[in-house]
Amino acid sequence: MKLSGARIVLECLKREGADVIFGLPGGAVLPIYDVLYDFKGLRHILVRQEAAAGHAAEGYSRTTGKIGVCLVTSGPAATNLVTALQDALMDSIPLVAFTGQVPTHLIGNDAFQEADNVGITRSATKHNFLVKDGNDLGAIIKEAFHIAGTGRPGPVHVDLPKDVLVKEWTFEYPETVHLRSYNPTYEGHPGQIKKAARAIVRAKRPVLYVGGGIISSDASPELRELVELTQAPVTQTLMGLGAFPMADPLSLDMLGMHGTYYANMAVHHADVLVAVGARFDDRVTGRVDAFAPDAEIIHVDIDPSSISKNIKVHIPIVGDCKRVLSRLVEAVREEMRTYPQSGVREARKQWMSQIADWKRDFPLRYEWSDEVVKPQHVIQEISTLTNGEALIVTGVGQHQMWAAQYYRVKHPRAWCTSGGLGTMGYGLPTAMGVQAGNPGRLVINIDGDGSFQMNSQELATCFEEKLPVKTVIINNGGHGMVRQWQRIIYKERYCASDLGGSPDFVRLAEAYGCTGIRVTKPSEVVPALEKMISTPGPVVLDVWVDKHECVFPMVPAGGANIDMILAPPSVDVRDKAAKSQTGF
Amino acid sequence: MSTDDARKHTIAVLVENKFGVLSRVAGLFSARGYNIESLSVGETLDPTVSRMTLVVHGDAFIIEQVIKQLHKLIDVIKVTDLSEEDHVEREMLLIRVNAEPAARAEILRVGDIFRAKVVDVTATAYTLEVTGEETKIDAIVELLRPFGIQELVRTGKVAIARGPKTRLRKVEEKLGKPKSAAPAQPQDPRVVGFAD
Repeated sequence: MKLSGARIVLECLKREGADVIFGLPGGAVLPIYDVLYDFKGLRHILVRQEAAAGHAAEGYSRTTGKIGVCLVTSGPAATNLVTALQDALMDSIPLVAFTGQVPTHLIGNDAFQEADNVGITRSATKHNFLVKDGNDLGAIIKEAFHIAGTGRPGPVHVDLPKDVLVKEWTFEYPETVHLRSYNPTYEGHPGQIKKAARAIVRAKRPVLYVGGGIISSDASPELRELVELTQAPVTQTLMGLGAFPMADPLSLDMLGMHGTYYANMAVHHADVLVAVGARFDDRVTGRVDAFAPDAEIIHVDIDPSSISKNIKVHIPIVGDCKRVLSRLVEAVREEMRTYPQSGVREARKQWMSQIADWKRDFPLRYEWSDEVVKPQHVIQEISTLTNGEALIVTGVGQHQMWAAQYYRVKHPRAWCTSGGLGTMGYGLPTAMGVQAGNPGRLVINIDGDGSFQMNSQELATCFEEKLPVKTVIINNGGHGMVRQWQRIIYKERYCASDLGGSPDFVRLAEAYGCTGIRVTKPSEVVPALEKMISTPGPVVLDVWVDKHECVFPMVPAGGANIDMILAPPSVDVRDKAAKSQTGF
Repeated sequence: MSTDDARKHTIAVLVENKFGVLSRVAGLFSARGYNIESLSVGETLDPTVSRMTLVVHGDAFIIEQVIKQLHKLIDVIKVTDLSEEDHVEREMLLIRVNAEPAARAEILRVGDIFRAKVVDVTATAYTLEVTGEETKIDAIVELLRPFGIQELVRTGKVAIARGPKTRLRKVEEKLGKPKSAAPAQPQDPRVVGFAD
């Protein structure tokens, strides 16, 4: 069958089960848009800036479990998209991103809107392709989806020169893909799993530390089975939130730099630490030599290069979290039959009561005020009002950490945040993609005033495409996290962290055809949230909060997790923080 | 995480013979801050597969990461640290050295000792070709330096495991004939690719 390259691209997308494309047209991809004009079965969502197309595809992918697709033109569009690609790479989100390219005979000629797209995205993607021969187009797109969605998921970029899109080619879509150089390991090594089971059953102070890998491989049911069986407490990374219900008594909530006291203490004192689908990020470990110093560490991950990268692992298991966990459950059950539990029962009881003490003595806390809205309060109320059932997206900064601490995520695939890259501006476009993939669901973007302004133009997309995203701006009039560091580490020398020139967000929302609501008093928070949720269409809720509020607990970068700062710093704590600081 | 056992490792990498592969490998090293001391690339018996020989300096931890990160590249088929097994390493040097009449005999004597070949001669210079291990190449360069070296070029190291059938060779065989129609291998019996 002979088809134009542009039609082949769309036919391939249909065959891969894509139903939404996030995109923005331009010269080099106009042939695709021309086919899209009357192409059935694909919804195109027109974004206002290309990075937003990438983020939207991320949100769509994270919450639906499908591969997100975005399409932008050559040159500046491709370079704009790079941030989203790197974001997806670091957080293991499967995307297939198409960019236009100048015609093949002009490549390398400094043509109009030309950039070395594949050169630029090479380190920001799991893999990329430049299609030089249209006869390969079908096979390449098949491979792109295969690579994006298998193994450790990630973004794959396909660069499409204009002449390849215009000319007609023989279209063959391969049924299967075989790549001799790419064969991810899914099944964990049985011997290693057995070793892990032995360690877990014999553990006196076990802790499970789970991350985004549980979400990617839909391993939450298996995780719960393991927890029920072992009764081991569970801490989750920022990317893993929702892997295990935070309301469960065995949940220690988030660990790391802004993790809970009890999570960090439990990890520090653990004798067996089971890391599943997590990668010992520096924001999790703090100073590595002080991280879980007494623990025998078991690490399950599909990416061998994540294992023993930052922390020496004693029992590595390369494999898919879901499959490994289900084998591990069997192995633990088997081990429990043969190993008398009496040896550890008393120690385990003490461990759980120690954790209960930590939880009781050092819960997450903030000081209440009747005058000024506390940001943590807003997020608590969102959590209560939605009963943890909303799909939550965040920007990056203080509000993100408060959302991670105070919103009780109940389910997997209900939490989207930029974890690895920390991309400000991620919130609104991602929420848009989440909404497109989950029509009818309540999608709330918890954003900051700084973060929101990096992509606020997407309100236009929300309005036009009828995506009723609810944005709550935790407005503290500046870059709160920067201000917090300047306060604690840089001796209150506040520099470039105030955003005095921000617009009136209510009127901004209204200018885009959305609803705007403002809250300035604690008593208005709940009614305003209720109004936001019940108002149809996109809403921006601008909440003026205490600008002096800081995120606690806090481990200064380069510090050990047990040295976390629990309350607003006194002078000597600040000095201590300054000493252990090694860089932002 | 680092240990004190830093040394040179010679790593053989089989990759898909596609454009961009070299820059993927080189990019990996620059992005992660590893240093490549030398790199050479060439086709294997299967023209769809290229073989790279990389020399990297690092401790066990760095080398483990280098190998894992190389594996992670989609176009990489197989990575072997040859330093972990018995192997042969060679490098080739082309060197043009001043050859005044009074020095010509001495230069040829040095060349003989190192089994160098004279590949070009002018009235004032010799160009020599030498192969050998790195230390041998270093040695001849030092011996020729007093005569005045005009120009030199080294290929970087290539290496192959000793023994009847190496692990890499097995992988190459297992890969078999590629899917795309590769040009048929020459039937000339004199073409002996690997030592087996």
